[in-house]
Amino acid sequence: MVEFPPLGPVMPEILMTGFALLILVLDLVIKRKETLAFLSVAAAAVVMYAVLGTSGVTFSGMFAADGYSMFFKLIFLLSLILSILISVKYIAIERVNYGEYYSLMLFSTLGMMIMASAGDLIVLYLGIELMALSTYVLAGFIRHAVKSNEAAVKYFLLGAFASALLLYGISLLYGLTGTTDIKGVAAYISDNGLAGNPALMLSVILFVVAFGFKIAAAPFHMWAPDVYEGAPTSITAFMSVGPKAAGFAAMGRVFLIAFASLQVQWAAILIPLAIVTMAVGNIIAISQTNIKRMLAYSSIAHAGYALMGVIAGTPEGLAGMMSYLLIYAFMNIGAFAIIIMLRSEGFSGENISDYEGLSKKHPVSAALMLIFMFSLTGIPPTAGFIGKFYVFMAAVNAGYTWLVVVAVIFSAISAFFYMRIVMYMYMKEPRREVELTTSPALGLALAISALGVLVIGVFPGRLLDLARIAITLGWGL
Amino acid sequence: MRIITGMPGQYIPSDYLPILIFMMIATAFGLGTLVVCSIFRPRRTYAEKLTPYESGNPPIGEPRMRFSVKFYIIAMLFVVFDVEVVFLYPWAVVFDKIGLFAYVEMMLFIFILLVGYIYAWKKDAFTWD
Amino acid sequence: MVELQWYLYLSAAVFTIGVFGFLTRRNIIFMFISIELMLNGVNISLVSFSHYLQDPRGQILAFFVITVAAAEAAIGLAIIISVFRNKETVYVDEMTETKG
Repeated sequence: MVEFPPLGPVMPEILMTGFALLILVLDLVIKRKETLAFLSVAAAAVVMYAVLGTSGVTFSGMFAADGYSMFFKLIFLLSLILSILISVKYIAIERVNYGEYYSLMLFSTLGMMIMASAGDLIVLYLGIELMALSTYVLAGFIRHAVKSNEAAVKYFLLGAFASALLLYGISLLYGLTGTTDIKGVAAYISDNGLAGNPALMLSVILFVVAFGFKIAAAPFHMWAPDVYEGAPTSITAFMSVGPKAAGFAAMGRVFLIAFASLQVQWAAILIPLAIVTMAVGNIIAISQTNIKRMLAYSSIAHAGYALMGVIAGTPEGLAGMMSYLLIYAFMNIGAFAIIIMLRSEGFSGENISDYEGLSKKHPVSAALMLIFMFSLTGIPPTAGFIGKFYVFMAAVNAGYTWLVVVAVIFSAISAFFYMRIVMYMYMKEPRREVELTTSPALGLALAISALGVLVIGVFPGRLLDLARIAITLGWGL
Repeated sequence: MRIITGMPGQYIPSDYLPILIFMMIATAFGLGTLVVCSIFRPRRTYAEKLTPYESGNPPIGEPRMRFSVKFYIIAMLFVVFDVEVVFLYPWAVVFDKIGLFAYVEMMLFIFILLVGYIYAWKKDAFTWD
Repeated sequence: MVELQWYLYLSAAVFTIGVFGFLTRRNIIFMFISIELMLNGVNISLVSFSHYLQDPRGQILAFFVITVAAAEAAIGLAIIISVFRNKETVYVDEMTETKG
């Protein structure tokens, strides 16, 4: 007889599944889709509360609710709530006000939560697929727009390709070590001194490529600009934060636990990857005229910064990476919320020139955008500066000073395109009347993001402490 | 719990020998018939013989016609629900050994599939027109 | 008696054909079939490892891969249909709405 495993540690995921199914069914009877949005936010809040009180390992070590996964789950749920808030009015304007939208977002977040908690490669794979399959549909949610269709096709093909590569890596690892348990893999590799094994190296490379696709690191970033531009803006905001953070969560577990004894080898692959990612993201962003596309390249560049936390390979580096991703959630979704405000009937508001003279007519929105742009550049006293500071400090302490110098140079280059938006808003005359679309939900999302950016920027100590405590609370399953 | 029995080193596929022989006979029969027919058949071709065979009726329309998209919807639903049943087989095989927990788990799994089914039903995915 | 390595060669060959097909084809359907081929290559190696290691995990993962591939096929075909309705093409080279 198989005993009942303790279900306490998976309670947030069970709740999330229940809520997502409930919203899918309620969509059949509820005609006002705003109600579903409200229910989804409430569901996310309940799950967030459940996450805070959950810890433990269950299903024979396949699922671990530790501090590390808790921190990541809070990032996912926060980005879910903010993304739903900015969606409410927007999907009505795009005329795709369907209830499946919210259900799919909940399912995608569920996938991310499973990824963050995966103690076994099988669970990790299932989490990735649940997240990815939901996000493919969301990227193509504006069914009548060719742009959105194309985004979904590109995202789907490259995502499925990356998953297949990941699976081959998993199967090689399984064949070598005889287990799919992340800790078991680590133990087998270090006990048998497999460090130089060519099949193991191939497996590591396949993992790097697959995660590179998921976090949009160059040279595996080709899909990101097209998909981010074509997808609904609210979904662009969602998937530039959630799936990316989930990719980092899984990467942290696989590389720092399963491949812990191979750190020299994978660091040698990840360092050039991080440099190329920062270079491609920051340099190509300069020439963009579409703001969603520009933020897509910016998102690539930010993956490069966060990657430095993994490369450092220390608890400090991981804590830096985790705080970076949380800060990135606030500032990036905030910036996308402003983009969504500019979208109105018959006006896309996606061109950078649409921001000319925004401060004259809409000073508050322009000021908020200024905060988010400062934060994305990494100018104090915003949170973006704090995030970069922690990651760079961790890399310096781990002995990668030269890498930090490179990152700082690219960070300086990034000021060029972020500050261009600020310059357009404040120093140019408005070329046309831009009407803003506002709603209470959008206002709330903006308030939360702006507060997050400023509060973390001014009182940074607590956040890093939290991330550090999260890691010491059972990092390593 | 080991599901697989028998050591890999001792595995001899002799049980499959009849199948191999059967496959060889089937192949030989098929190819042989074609060869014999091509030797003995008369060769007279005329226009009617070259038209596509459609049960004796004159062919209507292009052979590469477009299928209604409804076929795809039915096919997609079929593929998903059909393949998910794959989990029922291993579950059924060891059902008497794994107890209540596995039973509850499978019922939950089927319940989730059922929600998907109700959703598809209410969205009129099964009605043809 | 078939040695493990032959299964692995087969698996690697099927997987590589899939990768090659994905990288060279420009028809979405063919690219998608190539991905399925890659997944099947993985399944061969998973099941053969599982057999030689006398460990059921590989077969369990293969089951999951099959079911996830079915879900992926459903979603992929739906996406392809929606793009075909608007654009009447299945070639990725013609998908040029977004460019920078």
